[in-house]
Amino acid sequence: MRRSFAPWSDPAAKPLIRFENVTKRFGDAVAVDHLSLNIYESEFFCLLGPSGCGKTTLMRMLAGFEHPSEGRITLADRDLAGVPPYRRPVNMMFQSYALFPHMSVERNIAFGLKQDGLPKAEIAARVDEMLRLVQLERLAKRSPSQLSGGQRQRVALARALAKKPKVLLLDEPLGALDKKLREETQFELMDIQHDLGMTFVVVTHDQEEAMTMADRIAVMDHGRIVQVATPGEIYEQPKTRFIAEFVGDVNIIEGNVLGQENGHWRVRSRSAQPPLTIDDPDEVLHSDQAVAIAVRPEKMVIQRDPPGTDAVNVLTGEVWDIGYLGDWTVYRVKLASGEILRVTRANRSRYVESPIDWDEQVYVTFAPDAAVILAE
Amino acid sequence: MEPQRSFPKKLASSLVPAVPYLWLGLFFLVPFLIVFKISLSDPAVSQPPYKPVFEWGDVAGFFQGLDLENFEVLTSDDLYLSATLSSVRIAAISTILLLLVGFPIAYAMARAPERYRSLLVAMIILPFWTSFLIRIYAWIAILKPEGLLNQGLLALGVIGEPLNILNTETAVYIGIVYAYLPFMVLPLYATLEKMDDTLLEAAQDLGSPPWRAFWTITVPLAMPGIIAGSLLCFIPAVGEFVIPDLLGGSETLMIGRQLWSEFFSNRDWPLASAVAILLLIILVVPIVIYRDVESRRVETKA
Repeated sequence: MRRSFAPWSDPAAKPLIRFENVTKRFGDAVAVDHLSLNIYESEFFCLLGPSGCGKTTLMRMLAGFEHPSEGRITLADRDLAGVPPYRRPVNMMFQSYALFPHMSVERNIAFGLKQDGLPKAEIAARVDEMLRLVQLERLAKRSPSQLSGGQRQRVALARALAKKPKVLLLDEPLGALDKKLREETQFELMDIQHDLGMTFVVVTHDQEEAMTMADRIAVMDHGRIVQVATPGEIYEQPKTRFIAEFVGDVNIIEGNVLGQENGHWRVRSRSAQPPLTIDDPDEVLHSDQAVAIAVRPEKMVIQRDPPGTDAVNVLTGEVWDIGYLGDWTVYRVKLASGEILRVTRANRSRYVESPIDWDEQVYVTFAPDAAVILAE
Repeated sequence: MEPQRSFPKKLASSLVPAVPYLWLGLFFLVPFLIVFKISLSDPAVSQPPYKPVFEWGDVAGFFQGLDLENFEVLTSDDLYLSATLSSVRIAAISTILLLLVGFPIAYAMARAPERYRSLLVAMIILPFWTSFLIRIYAWIAILKPEGLLNQGLLALGVIGEPLNILNTETAVYIGIVYAYLPFMVLPLYATLEKMDDTLLEAAQDLGSPPWRAFWTITVPLAMPGIIAGSLLCFIPAVGEFVIPDLLGGSETLMIGRQLWSEFFSNRDWPLASAVAILLLIILVVPIVIYRDVESRRVETKA
């Protein structure tokens, strides 16, 4: 993996793709709302969001199938307005794959190259190269209807890659695959992207997919970008409650700010006695402000014995549900206030003397820096 | 244990598939054999106007009375050959015209907003609500020298004197294209409507301008509809009688017309039957080709 790839934090770096204050309306509905975004060369960029958030419209505008109502999109400093889809150095892998049913695998992959009028020998060589890349050499003569879902997905990928576009757009590339195949393919896509050095823009509603593959993720909601950041930042420092809840599992504890003490925020909540201590120095809060405290389940500790008197952030409750997942165990703990917390614990040893059981009284604690304060 | 089906039910389930065969046998195969038999007979001034007529007493004499004389007439007389060729030519040109007119209509229908589509289909079928004969007669009123078309064109100043369209081959083409259009449009519409629009987007995305995507994607995928529509028009057009009789001139030679005059003017039933058999053979060829194409297409799909 490339460790120091972060052109977005380099002020001198020039973005490859720029969305400048782009709005797209369909009649009265606003699909994309005054959105600005930079995507850099060789980036694996994910547009993540629930269905109807505008991510697909954004991608279709880049491909040229939709036109911005306002604002502009540039690619390598060239304004894309008025450039038809067939003249853009951008190729797309469609969600439905859109393979041509009357052409063999080979001819599907060659289609784009033929449009460019390349010599026959060159087309054949490129098709072979692509078939090797997606490991479908032996199926070159098959028709798409004779292929499995995973094989079709590879043909679609090979067809979109064949022209070596500046930017490859992938619309829910793994949506139609089963879980196991999806995981394998995620890593394959990352390898291919890395080897070719191409810019990938992926649209997905699957946060796991986005987290695994992307250099950066843009989380979208209602036509706007809520946060653009690396997967780690999105997960550990979500900007809003929507992101915290959309990406991964999270426990939300509602409360009100009491004030600052030794650089920590003190937050009063009906779920916890005494008040909680949260270490989130970036937030600017005022007294009595309503906030949501987000804590990831794996950052909470569950224990049977009462913690020491110097412990902070202690919640008490009883075990409501236990889910054993093999690598993890999920505990659902019901607090006295009625809220249910989700706490996970890695199963580090194969045998536990006396495991925490259903209905047991337990203490749940978390460190001050394990939580994020989200302004309501 | 499997539940035993009652006997009447079993009988019913084995009879149902037999119904189409029974139908075809009774209303197609038997009449065909009768016509075939008449084509081997000789004309006679009697009732019915041919001999021999089958009698149980003289089976041998009946078979001796049959010969291929009528088919020899067909091959020796130029009239039948040129009528046949002319029919095939007119039907072929009509089919091409129908494709040229029908494809854009079907394409526009398939592209129309979904809620209008069934209305558009209904409008294509609507002319069937009026008698075919009346519609063709209406064309006489439109096409005749002092008809609607000429009056309109004269009034607009497009032409100086009336066009002579009625009683020419042009009128026959107009009539056939008009009358057969639904048979071309509906199969085309059925295939175009099923087509996935993202295929065209994919073609564009890969660098194909829309007009080229039309030839490389739309037309090949519409081929089953093109073939079905063409056959549905070509086959009946070859044997068409009413349209050339009403709209065509005396020089418009078509085999269907020839057949009619052998039957009704010359009362030569055996020769007319031979013409009918000939027509059938001509039409079997494209059907066989179609079936062959179709089965190959199904094979590659499987």
